[in-house]
Amino acid sequence: MSEHDRGEHHRSAELGDVERRARALEQLLVEKGIVDPAFIDNMVEAYANDIGPMNGARVVARAWVDPAYRERLLRDGTAAIAELGYGGPEGNLAVVENTDDVHNVVVCTLCSCYPWPVLGLPPTWYKSPPYRSRMVREPRRLLAEMGCDLPEHTEVRVWDSSAELRYLVLPQRPAGTESLGEEQLAELVSRDSMIGVERL
Amino acid sequence: MLTVVVDGVHDVGGMLGFGPVEREPSEAVFHHPWEGRVFGMAAGSMMAGVFGTPSFRHAIERMDAVHYLSSSYFEHWLTGLATLLVETGTVEVDELVATGLASFPLSRPVHPDPVLFAGRAEGRFVTGDDVRVLDWHPTGHTRCPDYVRGHVGSVVRVDRPSNVPELEAHSGALVSEATYAVRFTGRELWGAEAAPGESVTVDLYDRYLEPM
Repeated sequence: MSEHDRGEHHRSAELGDVERRARALEQLLVEKGIVDPAFIDNMVEAYANDIGPMNGARVVARAWVDPAYRERLLRDGTAAIAELGYGGPEGNLAVVENTDDVHNVVVCTLCSCYPWPVLGLPPTWYKSPPYRSRMVREPRRLLAEMGCDLPEHTEVRVWDSSAELRYLVLPQRPAGTESLGEEQLAELVSRDSMIGVERL
Repeated sequence: MLTVVVDGVHDVGGMLGFGPVEREPSEAVFHHPWEGRVFGMAAGSMMAGVFGTPSFRHAIERMDAVHYLSSSYFEHWLTGLATLLVETGTVEVDELVATGLASFPLSRPVHPDPVLFAGRAEGRFVTGDDVRVLDWHPTGHTRCPDYVRGHVGSVVRVDRPSNVPELEAHSGALVSEATYAVRFTGRELWGAEAAPGESVTVDLYDRYLEPM
């Protein structure tokens, strides 16, 4: 059994205990009037269903079909993304564009910073030490391991979101999609391509 | 005897030994209902003004190192949240004990006399400047990752000023300071063995930097 397997086992064995701690704390916070349980319900509902990568996909598709929007997006991500109605916590946004020569990928080595309004909450792997430790040290190798093989001549730019700006990658529009409309294009855009661990 | 965390275990950029990235297909946003409750409780406590984001990050960074590495992401949130609720006097330890739980692990206390990045507040640099990151090892909160300290990079973008996390976490003071996107080549950070054509761009506060 590897170290990792042991870690997983340890986690699941403790789950009941963590859940009890969470329940106890919620009860105290509600009793003291600090947090309204309905507020928690709304937050869970919003981030489980409404705020997610479909938002980012619409931003990317708009940039693909509208060159003036693309320019605004690259110049001031927050403002251009607000044009489509997206904003809120973790919403100070910068957009970095992939080209034939440059591939961008986003990480937060210190915690889990992520562009919530356009991608929602991050997946577990993004928040876990293997990704956070390795992406800044051996990005090309890690990308290849994750199924994203890059041509040797392509420069890899890693963005570590250590201050208050959050990054969205603008992937390249796939070849052969000239006939597709904006909505169909948005369906092609994956979450991972907007983090930068996949090319479309 | 309390062990103070220097360069906390959360600061993992460049560390070896964590193994492959494992991805779960079609992963749910919350794996268990309690994760969503913790997420909402933390957000609600911040909205109620009990603590701010830098304090919350610092509380997670103060977790026992072994606990941090062996617990899930939302358990980090739960531990940081409970720690701050106790430290702000919002919840008493006795009240946690009275819930009948066997234990409620909290983070380690704030360093009694923390060393912090200190310095100038005005924006000293422009795009194209070469800068060196100070080789300091704070014992309190910082957003300057260890792996760039002492290294030379180039300012590629000047960003809007934002509040210095060190000051906000430790005193609550809101002091705005210039931040920059600073690009480091892989070889500058990791030596001659690093693959060519790789760079890392890190967003850094003015006080973390010195001119070349």
